[in-house]
Amino acid sequence: MKMPTPDAGIISRRREIVERLRAIVPGEGVIVDEDELRAYECDGLTAYRQPPLVVVLPSNTQQVSQVLKACKEMGVKVVPRGAGTSLSGGALPLADGILLGLGKFNRILEVDYDNRCVVAQPGVTNLGISNAVAHKGFYYAPDPSSQIACTIGGNIAENSGGVHCLKYGLTTNNVLGVEMVLMDGTVLRLGGKHLEAGGYDLMGIVTGSEGLLGVVTEVTVRILKKPATARAVLLGFPTNEQAGDCVAAIIAAGIIPGGMEMMDKPAIHAAEDFVHANYPLDVEALLIVELDGPPAEVDYLIGTVEAIARDKGAVYARVSNSEEERLVFWAGRKAAFPAVGRISPDYYCMDGTIPRKKLPLVLQRMRELSEKHGLRVANVFHAGDGNLHPLILYDANNPGELERAEEFGNDILRLCVDVGGVLTGEHGVGVEKRDLMTHQFAEADLKQQQRLKCAFDPDGLLNPGKVFPELHRCAELGRLHISGGKLPFPDIPRF
Amino acid sequence: MTITTFKPDTAAQLADSMQWALSHGEPLEVLGTGTKRRLGRPVQAAYALDLSALSGVVAYEPEELVLTVRTGTPLAEVLPMLAARRQHFAFEPQDLGPLYGLPAGGGTVGGMLAAGLTGPRRIQAGSARDHFLGVEGVSGRGEVYKGGGKVVKNVTGYDMPKLMAGSMGTLTAMTEVTLKVLPAPEDVRTLVLLGKGDAEAVRALTSALQSPHEVSGAAHLPAAVAARSGVVARLGGAATCIRLEGFGPSVAARVAALKDELGADAVLERDDSLALWREIRDVAYFVQPAERLVWKLSVPPSEGARVAAAIREITEADVYFDWGGGLLWVAAEPGDADIRECLDGTGGHATLIRAPDDVRASVPVYHPQPEPLAALAARVKESFDPKRLLNPGRLYAGV
Repeated sequence: MKMPTPDAGIISRRREIVERLRAIVPGEGVIVDEDELRAYECDGLTAYRQPPLVVVLPSNTQQVSQVLKACKEMGVKVVPRGAGTSLSGGALPLADGILLGLGKFNRILEVDYDNRCVVAQPGVTNLGISNAVAHKGFYYAPDPSSQIACTIGGNIAENSGGVHCLKYGLTTNNVLGVEMVLMDGTVLRLGGKHLEAGGYDLMGIVTGSEGLLGVVTEVTVRILKKPATARAVLLGFPTNEQAGDCVAAIIAAGIIPGGMEMMDKPAIHAAEDFVHANYPLDVEALLIVELDGPPAEVDYLIGTVEAIARDKGAVYARVSNSEEERLVFWAGRKAAFPAVGRISPDYYCMDGTIPRKKLPLVLQRMRELSEKHGLRVANVFHAGDGNLHPLILYDANNPGELERAEEFGNDILRLCVDVGGVLTGEHGVGVEKRDLMTHQFAEADLKQQQRLKCAFDPDGLLNPGKVFPELHRCAELGRLHISGGKLPFPDIPRF
Repeated sequence: MTITTFKPDTAAQLADSMQWALSHGEPLEVLGTGTKRRLGRPVQAAYALDLSALSGVVAYEPEELVLTVRTGTPLAEVLPMLAARRQHFAFEPQDLGPLYGLPAGGGTVGGMLAAGLTGPRRIQAGSARDHFLGVEGVSGRGEVYKGGGKVVKNVTGYDMPKLMAGSMGTLTAMTEVTLKVLPAPEDVRTLVLLGKGDAEAVRALTSALQSPHEVSGAAHLPAAVAARSGVVARLGGAATCIRLEGFGPSVAARVAALKDELGADAVLERDDSLALWREIRDVAYFVQPAERLVWKLSVPPSEGARVAAAIREITEADVYFDWGGGLLWVAAEPGDADIRECLDGTGGHATLIRAPDDVRASVPVYHPQPEPLAALAARVKESFDPKRLLNPGRLYAGV
């Protein structure tokens, strides 16, 4: 992975840059000590590491604005960071850039039940928002697996999902407003407590922009009343194909479950060995279907789902009869990553989305790729929305194995695109999938996205080296190529 | 006045048209079937870009919850196709045809998304932008490009479709779009509470929305508006309406529970419910008199009643509430009052949905933005359409 070549001129001006930052963020808010900088050298994608030039931890919007403005004036790059849980390297630092940590923005500013929203600073954790409103029976719907640690600001940057997003949406569908700071220090408000923001939907673009457009300093999110009840059903199938058919049939019956997860045999075994959820071990595919809502609805739909599953060849079916049992069903799935971590020294988690009907084909091709690369793979799968999480097992201590794992991963992601899907369903592009972007997007597509970035950050100082495989100057991107002169297929005047 | 029309059949022809416009510096009015020409600021263009020939369903896969169509495809073709598979656009797109003096049932998929108009189910299912997954089109630079994807879950690159929703054709002439489709509810009932004042009604709607009963519509029709309804007029007086949708046994259980909690003066069955929420969605109460101005106000729901009171203080207006009090539809006499000043301190905004051309040319149709935001919006426009040739001025003067 090649990052932009560090600018030696910037690095040599480190002392001046630090002084300027210290004038804005006093005391311990500017970190220069090498050992302390190391704590920030990577995020959840630990294969890539780079200590930043300086870490700055501002504590209010005005400081963020001044830091960004100063960096723009000095031509210094900025990498924003929440809790650093990105699995795609979105917060990987730059040797010639400052790391802007939002950890001090950790307060919930307002809970507004009448408007069913929470206003929070970006460093509040995802779960922190749900916890703040739990006593009134409310919650914040998107629930990425890292929700104990990941921040709501990071969720906005990555447009995070979770197991419930088929029914309740991704981050973008649950954000009402943000306050953000542009690279030139401008502070903007997009949206608010009302449901529709006027003008261009800039919040829609900022959400999922991976820290390339601005730094979010305040967030307003929608909260929902917890469903009255939730029950899960475990379904085992002799083939992946039958499990996939069952998922399609459930949706065709008009049912959108709160969660619908699938695991393949290696993942089932790893999870069962780890948490003893009493999963069946003699099936090829396991579905966990969770139905939530009023008890009358859940009881009715559980029956329907069971009938569909029997019709599609399920050889195992068990319905949770208590909250404890439901949580046990989930325990195996939620522990799937660490469970796989137990059976392999290292694993690499992928995140493509495919049209669900392509699942049997993709799993077959994945088995072939597994042989080709000589590495095992276990699959967990957000079955409802086609979001695959293949876990590639490898041992970083064996020379060349990490590279093979990455090559295997790249083959999987290219396969996802080739069958009509996309490179990433919820983890983001970051540095990890950056160089694969040209497999999904044509040059014109990527250039138009980069022109949009120019509208926010014309000098390209915010989080460069992420998302886009090739950097272009905005002046070059803006140049027009006009070719037409003749009137094309003139139509008769009609109005 | 538009005099000449380009009507491309393919994205390549569309790109040619755009290249021609670029080389001549000629702005284009982008159109589907023209049902929303009276929405937005009037466009000054001698040439029209008619996308209605870019028509047809590219792929509809109900089990994948995904639909891909060319943008000129009539809604009259798409909506029945979805209904036949018991699916729908969950954001409940408005049909404003009659409000503009046109027949109902017109419009194209592209126009629906470009206008981003969303119905009562916004409170539960989100708006048009939340269901817009992928886009292909020609930018004002004359370049064919695509953004988003054709699967329901995707975070690869910037979420370009979001930006297209509600952009009124000012950024890109869209050729093909992919949408998320969802199962249509099997059943629907509406609880009606009668005779409530605005503030009391909004409080009742708030209670309903704070319940776990998955309310999918929360509207309040003050007496003068309810009297115009083909459904609730017979009940007499103001009508506060709460919609519950879903599977039969679930709807029955939730109706019973919510009735216990809030009390209800009437419960509308399926057909009456469908008719009522169509009226609410399409602003049917303000179709006549046609010379009245129609405003749409988006505010924090808890401010709805207060804003309505402020409006009534300055003008003779009819108001009704949707989105649990967060959406106000206002029919006002032309001229006098500045509706927008009633929003002061709420953070909300107002859109002038219906007014004569001369009014829409002088009164900002879309809510004026603070300077830094307006500047950013102008730069975003420029990144797609540097010569300002696509529907110039339709959204904001100069954009």
